[in-house]
Amino acid sequence: MRERVCEVSFPTDKGAAAMDLIIQIVAAAMSAGTPLLFAVLGGILIERSGIIQLGAEGVMLMGAVTAALFCIRTGSLAAALAAALAVGAALGLLHAFLTVSMRVNQIVCGLALTLFGSGLSAFLGRAIAGQPMPGAVPKIDLPFLEPAPVIGDLFAHLDALTWLSFALVIGMHLYLYRTSWGLHLRALGDSPQTADVMGIPVTAFRYGCVIAGTMMIALGGADLLLVFSPAWIEGMTAGRGWIAVALIIFARWNPLRALLAAYFFGALDALGFRIQLIGSNIPSYFLKMIPYVVTILVLMYLGFRNRGKPSGSPESLGVPYIREQRL
Amino acid sequence: MNGKAAAAGMETGGTEGARRRGLVSGFRFEFDPVSDRVPWWVPIAAVLAALAVCAVFIAANGMSPLAVYGKMLTGAFGTRFGLTETLVKTIPLLLCGVGVSIAYRISFWNIGAEGQFLAGAMAATAVTIYLPDLPAAASLPLMTLAGIAAGGVWGLMTAVPRAYFQVNELITSLMLNYVALLLLDYVVFGPWRDPGGLNFPGSPMFTAAQSLPAFGGTRLHFGLVFALAAVLLYAFLFRRTRWGYELRLIGSNPEAARNAGISLNRQMLLVMLASGGLAGLAGMAEVSGVAHRLMYGISPGYGYTAIIVAWIARLHPLGLVLSAFLFGGLIVGGYSVQTIGLPSATSEMLQGAVLFFVIAGAALGRVRIRRIG
Repeated sequence: MRERVCEVSFPTDKGAAAMDLIIQIVAAAMSAGTPLLFAVLGGILIERSGIIQLGAEGVMLMGAVTAALFCIRTGSLAAALAAALAVGAALGLLHAFLTVSMRVNQIVCGLALTLFGSGLSAFLGRAIAGQPMPGAVPKIDLPFLEPAPVIGDLFAHLDALTWLSFALVIGMHLYLYRTSWGLHLRALGDSPQTADVMGIPVTAFRYGCVIAGTMMIALGGADLLLVFSPAWIEGMTAGRGWIAVALIIFARWNPLRALLAAYFFGALDALGFRIQLIGSNIPSYFLKMIPYVVTILVLMYLGFRNRGKPSGSPESLGVPYIREQRL
Repeated sequence: MNGKAAAAGMETGGTEGARRRGLVSGFRFEFDPVSDRVPWWVPIAAVLAALAVCAVFIAANGMSPLAVYGKMLTGAFGTRFGLTETLVKTIPLLLCGVGVSIAYRISFWNIGAEGQFLAGAMAATAVTIYLPDLPAAASLPLMTLAGIAAGGVWGLMTAVPRAYFQVNELITSLMLNYVALLLLDYVVFGPWRDPGGLNFPGSPMFTAAQSLPAFGGTRLHFGLVFALAAVLLYAFLFRRTRWGYELRLIGSNPEAARNAGISLNRQMLLVMLASGGLAGLAGMAEVSGVAHRLMYGISPGYGYTAIIVAWIARLHPLGLVLSAFLFGGLIVGGYSVQTIGLPSATSEMLQGAVLFFVIAGAALGRVRIRRIG
């Protein structure tokens, strides 16, 4: 896995060195965490409407390969992002049709999306594997931030997609907790029967959430490719889609917590690389296991701490809604 | 969440729940939301539909889909060598497929057969590395046991968090796949690498005493017996034994099973021990019967394909045999199209598409067309 934010500097005094290291790690965590953040936010939106989306891994791969293909063919980042979003919308529509209208098992449908997405992305990306992207996502320079000690280092030269992810976090938080539509959405995820009685269009709402959320997940894949590791490699998400699914639980279906969760895992991702950099004897294979093992341990810890308590999960998650069905 | 989903599908009965889907010139589409009957032709239609969809992508790649499919078909089933290879691939798919089917019967979503397979393969190889000079009568049973035990333990690592910490098993089982894969890379690039292997990432070749016997000079090996025995046991377990009955009860109504005094946690652990053990056995059979060594990329995704094998068979024993054979052919056919310049991912793409159409087809099977008036 390549690392973009790893300018190793050699400062003189110790305090500044420690500060520098912290800033580097936070910057690396943000860089590695942003693709996860997009995927977690998308997943939260979908699960809040009561639908499980386990296709994140496949959708991210499809988003990444589409962005790569369009970026190389057209040389335009806007086209690459638009194409990735369109593919996300198409896959979301497929998932919504099968789970909301046809009421197929949501778990199996997500698995199918993942397996099909990994196969199709490998097939489509074969010709461009390893080719570097012609352009980089533009950085938004904020020179007035530069003098600020830590903030300047972290935020003065971030790329546009990272800013977009911040906007999405805030936007989703306001939407969920400060608008009546957000209230409807939360009601829908907890009890579609009640929502239906209140006149909320259950089916349309679920379609909208699944499609928009899947687009965000695809955007996460595109971000992974365009910003974090700018060349297509088969299976390049390496389980990030599944980690994103786990992070939804970790974030308790809350967008602000999703930011922390995604950056925490971004830091883990960066950590292995950093330990290697300082030349430890631990084989790199074990360092690469860290994110996977920590995911399991964190989920076990949460399960232990929250035993017998509500997990924050939408109550009707995974249950298809059939209007005529008795409860 | 899986229990709820399963229960929701079974609550109401009959056609009162049938829902009007719209009017089309005197005919009405009705949708039965609760039936889970699937006509026998759905899997076949699903395979054909998947082939049709993937033809679009193959054509976009500048190849004639018919030529590619023809090549796959003859490559997999057309020659004696191809047919043997297909059977060789059927063995791990069938073992892993039976393994995941047992778990799916109680709605335990084990998608970690890949990791359990690798754990079994590594454990069997560990026997050959640390006890190199055993006679066949000792080393083969020991390798088999080690493979089953390692796969079972790898499966338990998914079941224990689920049973005692309410951790979603999909996530753990998948994370453990990556852990197993990295562990495999570590041993074949590191401590177990064959010193005389010219840097090839693989263990030393197994001796004859460490290899499963093959049938009549072909590559088809004794693992076939394991696989068929596993299917028979699976069929017997669910049709004729008390344990199988309890598992079926858990699968159809976990709440009722709990009230009947069945410990769901205990059953989950036992099921995953069996499920992982079968995948581990598949890993042992693959290293000992086919590759005769542990090597980088020992599994072309058998564990993932097994999920599709199980689902297309609708967990039915005979269906498992047929679909494992079909997907074995798909893997072999995938190899044979590489010679004409298509990527190996062609068969992966087809596999995913088949799963899609199988689940969509099962849903379409519930739509009825009625004449009205």
